[in-house]
Amino acid sequence: MHIVFLVAACASILAVILICIFMFANGIPAISEIGWANFLLGTKWKPGNDIYGIFPMIIGSIYVTAGAILIGVPIGLLCAIFFARFCPRRLYKILKPAVDLLAGIPSIVYGFFGLVVLVPIMQYLFGTSGKGLLTSSILLGIMILPTIISVSESALRAVPQSYYEGALALGATHERSVFFTVMPAAKSGILAGVILGIGRAIGETMAVIMVAGNQPILPNSILSGVRTMTANIVLEMGYAADLHRRALIATAVVLFVFILLINLLFSAMTAERGEKKKGRIKAFMNKRKMAVKNKKRGAAENGQ
Amino acid sequence: MDSKAMNRQTWKQKLSSYKKHPGSAVLMLLVILSAVITVSVLIFLLAYILINGIPNLSLDLFAWKFTEDNQSMMPAIINTITMTALVLLIAVPIGVFSAVYLVEYAKRGNKLVKIVRMTTETLSGIPSIVYGLFGYLMFTVSFQWGYSILGGAITLAIMVLPVIMRTTEEALKAVPDLYREGSFGLGAGRLRTVFRVVLPPAVPGILSGIILAIGRVTGETAALIFTAGTIAGVPDSLMDSGRTLAIHMYALLNEGLHMDKAYATAVILLVMVVGINALSGFVGKKLQK
Repeated sequence: MHIVFLVAACASILAVILICIFMFANGIPAISEIGWANFLLGTKWKPGNDIYGIFPMIIGSIYVTAGAILIGVPIGLLCAIFFARFCPRRLYKILKPAVDLLAGIPSIVYGFFGLVVLVPIMQYLFGTSGKGLLTSSILLGIMILPTIISVSESALRAVPQSYYEGALALGATHERSVFFTVMPAAKSGILAGVILGIGRAIGETMAVIMVAGNQPILPNSILSGVRTMTANIVLEMGYAADLHRRALIATAVVLFVFILLINLLFSAMTAERGEKKKGRIKAFMNKRKMAVKNKKRGAAENGQ
Repeated sequence: MDSKAMNRQTWKQKLSSYKKHPGSAVLMLLVILSAVITVSVLIFLLAYILINGIPNLSLDLFAWKFTEDNQSMMPAIINTITMTALVLLIAVPIGVFSAVYLVEYAKRGNKLVKIVRMTTETLSGIPSIVYGLFGYLMFTVSFQWGYSILGGAITLAIMVLPVIMRTTEEALKAVPDLYREGSFGLGAGRLRTVFRVVLPPAVPGILSGIILAIGRVTGETAALIFTAGTIAGVPDSLMDSGRTLAIHMYALLNEGLHMDKAYATAVILLVMVVGINALSGFVGKKLQK
C-alpha cells in the first residue's frame, strides 16, 4: 500500500511535467518559426497575413494587471486593516463570510456583471464604447479583493500584540499604531498577498474578455480597448488552424512563463519570511537562555 | 473601577482625540470607507443579478431538451453534475492518498516531499486557460478524443488536485499523535492505523476541501471550452462533448441573443456556487468544534 500512496503523491509532479512538456513542445517551435523578436516584440497581430506579434497583448495584460493592483490593493489592504484592527467582533462574524463569498463567485458571473453594469456606466460617463482598460481594471480589482484581504489580514494578525501596545504606550493613537508599527511589521506578508493577486489578475480570462474590448492594438489611453494574452487565446482558438493555432499556444507559453516567474517570486518571498521568523525565534531563545543564566548567577551570588 | 472600564474611551473622548489628531481621523475614515466599498460591491452584485434574474426564471428553462427556441439549461445542469462526479472520482482518491503519503508515510526532510509541495504550489498558480490549452493539446489533439466530457474532467481533476491535497493534509495534521500512538500500541499496522484511526476524524476537513473543489468545477469556464466543448445537450457517452452551466452562460453571452436567459443562468450559477461555498464553510466550522 505504501507504493500506492507514493504513486499518488507523484501524480502532481507528473501533472506539472506533462503540462510543461505539452506547452513548451507545441509553443517553442512556433515561436522559433515566427522569430523570437517578431513574436514577442511585434506590434501587429494579423493572422490573415501570417503576422503574429503579441507585444500589444503582453502590454495589455501588464496594463490591466497594474490597473487591477492600483485599484484592488489600497482598498483590499485598508479593508484587511479594518477586519484585523477596527471591526467589532459581532460585525466581523457577518462580514468575513461575505468577503469569502466574493472569492467563490465564478469569473463568468463577474464578467456578466461587468458587461451589464460597469460597461453601461462607463459609456454614460465617458461617451466611449465602455469596454476598455479602465473597465477591466476595475472589474479585476474587485476580483482580486478577497485574495488581498485574506492574505493581508492573516499577515496583520500574525504581528505580535506587543508592537501595537508599545506604540499605544508611547502615546500614539490607535490609527497611528496600526498604520506605522503593525503594518510595516506585516509588510512581507502583505507583499506576498499582492503577488498572489497579480497572479490571479494576469491569468484571468472570462471576466476580462467581456469588458476589455479585445482590440489587438497598443492602448493609447485608459479608455481604449485592450486585448490580454488570455483573451487572445480564447477568442481565436475556436477557428484557428496551423501556424495561427500554434501562435496562440505560444501565447499561452508566454503567459505560463509569466506565471512561473510570479510563483517563483512568491515562494522566494514566503521562504524568506520563514527564515526571518526562525531567526527571530532563535534570537528570542538566546535571550531567554542568557536571562536564565543571569538569574542563576544572581541567585548564586545572593546565596553567598 | 475594573481595568476594562478604565481602558474604555467614551465617544466624547474619542471625538476629542480625533480633533487633536486629524491625520488619525482621516486614516480611520479611509479604513471604514474601503470596508464599506467592499461590502457594498458584493451586495450590489448579488442584488443586481438576483433582482434582474429571478423574474426571468421560468419552467421552460428547465425543460429536458435544448432546442433552438427554448435554450433550456437542464442539459447543462446535468452535464455539470456528471462533470463534477467524474472530477471527484479522479481527484479525490489521488489527492487524499498523496496527502496521506505526505503526512503519514514520508520521513522528515524527504526530498520528494519538497518537490511535491513545490509542484502543488505551481499547479495552484496556473491560470485556468493554460489548463484548458494543456487539456486541448493532450486529450483533444494527441489522444484524438475530440471534445469530450472525460477530457474536460481529467483537466479539471488536475486543477482541483492542490485544493484537495492541501485541505486533506491540514485535516490529517490536526489529528493528534495520541491517536496514532494508541493504535500502534494496540498492535495495528500503519495501513490499518491510517484507514481506521487517522482518516475518520479527518473526514469533515477533507469534505470541506471536496466541497470547495465542487465549487471550482461548477464555476469553471476557460479550462472547459477547448476540452469539453460547447455543444448543448446531454451527450450519449463520456467521450462526447457537452457544455456545463458556466459554459452555457458563456455561450449565451457570446451569442448575445438571449440576455434574459443569461440572467436566469447567472442566478442559478450564483446560487449553486454560493450555496456550495457556504456549505464548505459550515462543514469546516464543524471540524473546529
